[in-house]
Amino acid sequence: MKKTLTLITGALALMFSLAANSEVVVNLAYDADPVSLDPHEQLSGGTLQLAHMSFDPLVRWTQEFGFEPRLASKWEQVDELTMRFTLREGVKFHTGNTMSAEDVVWTFDRLKVSPDFKGIFEVFEKMVAVNSNTVDLVSKKPFPLALNNATYIFPMDSKFYTGTDENGNDKAAVVKHGNSFASRNLSGTGPFVVASREQGVKVVFDRFKDYWDTESPGNVDQIVLTPIKEDPTRVAALISGDVDYIAPVPPTDLDRLRKAKNVDLVTMDGTRIITFQLNQNRVEAFKDARVRQAFAYAINNEGIAKKVMRGFAVPGAQFSPAGYLGHNEELTPRYDLKKAKKLMKEAGYEDGFSITMMAPNNRYVNDDKIAEAVASMLAKINVTVDLKTMPKAQYWPKFDERAADMMMIGWHSDTEDTNNFFEFLAACPNPETGAGQYNSGNYCNPEVDKMIAMANQETDPDKRAEIMKEMEKIVYDEAGFIPLHWQNLAFAAKKGVEIAPVVNTMNFPYLGDLVVK
Amino acid sequence: MIAFLLKRIWQALIVMFVISILSFAIQDNLGDPLREMVGQSVSEAERQALRDELGLNDPFVAQYLRFAKNALQGDLGTSYFFKEPALDVILKKMPATIELVIFASIIIILFSVPLGVYSAIKPKSLGTKFIMGFSIVGISVPVFLTAIGLIYLFSIELGWMPSFGRGDTVVILGFWDSGLVTLDGLHHIILPGITLASIMLPLFIRLIRSEMMEVLQSEYVKFARARGLNLNRIYFLHALKNTMLPVITVGGVQIGTMVAYTILTETVFQWPGMGFLFLEAVNRVDTPLIVAYLIIVGAIFVVTNTVVDLIYGLVNPTVNLFKQAK
Repeated sequence: MKKTLTLITGALALMFSLAANSEVVVNLAYDADPVSLDPHEQLSGGTLQLAHMSFDPLVRWTQEFGFEPRLASKWEQVDELTMRFTLREGVKFHTGNTMSAEDVVWTFDRLKVSPDFKGIFEVFEKMVAVNSNTVDLVSKKPFPLALNNATYIFPMDSKFYTGTDENGNDKAAVVKHGNSFASRNLSGTGPFVVASREQGVKVVFDRFKDYWDTESPGNVDQIVLTPIKEDPTRVAALISGDVDYIAPVPPTDLDRLRKAKNVDLVTMDGTRIITFQLNQNRVEAFKDARVRQAFAYAINNEGIAKKVMRGFAVPGAQFSPAGYLGHNEELTPRYDLKKAKKLMKEAGYEDGFSITMMAPNNRYVNDDKIAEAVASMLAKINVTVDLKTMPKAQYWPKFDERAADMMMIGWHSDTEDTNNFFEFLAACPNPETGAGQYNSGNYCNPEVDKMIAMANQETDPDKRAEIMKEMEKIVYDEAGFIPLHWQNLAFAAKKGVEIAPVVNTMNFPYLGDLVVK
Repeated sequence: MIAFLLKRIWQALIVMFVISILSFAIQDNLGDPLREMVGQSVSEAERQALRDELGLNDPFVAQYLRFAKNALQGDLGTSYFFKEPALDVILKKMPATIELVIFASIIIILFSVPLGVYSAIKPKSLGTKFIMGFSIVGISVPVFLTAIGLIYLFSIELGWMPSFGRGDTVVILGFWDSGLVTLDGLHHIILPGITLASIMLPLFIRLIRSEMMEVLQSEYVKFARARGLNLNRIYFLHALKNTMLPVITVGGVQIGTMVAYTILTETVFQWPGMGFLFLEAVNRVDTPLIVAYLIIVGAIFVVTNTVVDLIYGLVNPTVNLFKQAK
């Protein structure tokens, strides 16, 4: 009993001492915490969110899809293969080591062997240190997206990650499973140092005292990240004041948060497109462009965005969201039931046919409800749909098998560029090169493939935009896939926690710049 | 006694063996763990290479034998997500779950006995009708709804209770991460505790009531009453004692079930225990963790059942365990 009392008094004393400090602490609740402290272990939203807190990239995206200098203070294209970055001087890592070109090259080489990131850096030949604060990023062929990809280079403290850990393993190793040094330890240049971490429970970040960006307005001393998996609980935690900032906000609670007195809600158009693909290898009718067009005309995606998504989505007719290079403004949603029926008749399928459809039920916002809505819309052109929805864990193996005639897939472009959608979703599937890896519809147009290759080498942005707009147009005309909408994003915070300037549609807020009033 | 224990241990081993085979067999249907480990744009070839590395392409029997060999040495595999031995991960989360179950059990005992006895003694009173009506509602409302309702009322509207988590915890006895010894921790356990208790409380009230009513009809109670013994003495000493026998049996089995029910309660309250861990593991297709959880929960069931059998033998001398064993 005595022991218990001592503990209670001890705990109370601790609580008071914390309260006495006038530190700015932000309690943050996401739906999940980062899988690992290693920024190269998994290419996922969680990893990038962590990377932007504890590391800095060479350059980063602004809210308007422009580039902002971070660890690279400037950059220039020296020849058609080489992008030269000048590094900021005097930048300190969390260990106190000073960042140099050597660290940046080291990081690049590590990215090249990371299973998740090597794909993005495949196009580059090498990175070389010109001198202690200049690096050259050299691509294999002329490449227009060097800066886009440089947003993924978060220099790591090479001295810290070199050597062997207590188990005799290489500290630099990228290990996808099992316990690696980098997955448990971190030294970056970012605004927040990982002070403690209990996986799945919480991560505590302290402001880095020697952070290089002294002009950053950010005034947060500590961030406590707690994962709260359940949507209603996360919202309740914000409204009751247990946490200060939550993301994502479920669409069902948007109204409630808008009305809540002490909460600011920030929503923005997203860049993840939700689509259906029509498998031509499984269904003979899908080889006929008229049938695919009929499907596109029969599905009222504006209605879905309004009713199923409660306005929390932007209906679309192409891959690329507004703001991306290559977004074609002429392409708009085209719901027209009469035309759909006419096209079915022309193609000789007036009486319709039966197909199978699969969709996940916990991957995208309202994914299963969207699939149900689409299935009932297709009934109007006499297409009977046998729909199966399942958790994402079971869905992905099915998707890999191409197990249904019509399958749902959502995609966000890793490079924030239009061509990425085409490479993965609309290129002729080729297991050798990995092209069209997620093209379960097997839509294949050699013309489009040629243009994808062209857009990958064209360094003039205007010409590139023209090529990609044309690609969108071709796939739209041939109804290569069924576009639904881009999912919106929502963030909510207690009044005074000014998240609006730091959040972005890539969903990795720049919390170093977060201001709390 | 020893023979009985040995027999029980033998049975337990068979149960564990069956559980391990079953949980191993379902893992192929849980999904592809690689999908959760790599980004979406990672190539198929890259994924296949990782699969080989993890030994997931080996035949089922080879995978199972490898697992069984390690399991016999106390290694239940390494969690894909936590990157630590699955057993350690689960043991680390166990105190949170056990404290929640203990807290809920205390609530159940404190309320079910007096309410059950009361409604048995005064079957026609208004209070009884209220208790019975309430327990019907309690049984029919899903845990999920109870939890969200409590959060809405006590955290959002009234602001009395925290909405999630365990609060401050302190390590006691050197290994037990306890939330029951700090004020903040106690504050955090109230809502999840009530939620978890709400599943079993109505059941126990009804069980105690019906057992008690049966006992009150028995010859010896009537006889005691006829002799003019103090009513309270009859109710609480003679009748209650006999009522509790079946309640203990059911209670023991239900503690195991409660551990299973923590999955829902913990998920809603973001309670960092085993149940929440399990649900997350299923979502992430963290198969080593799923298998380890099933084996450990299976072990808890077997152990509680054995202990209940032993207690039963002690409380009721007519149950002869030793004879059975021979």
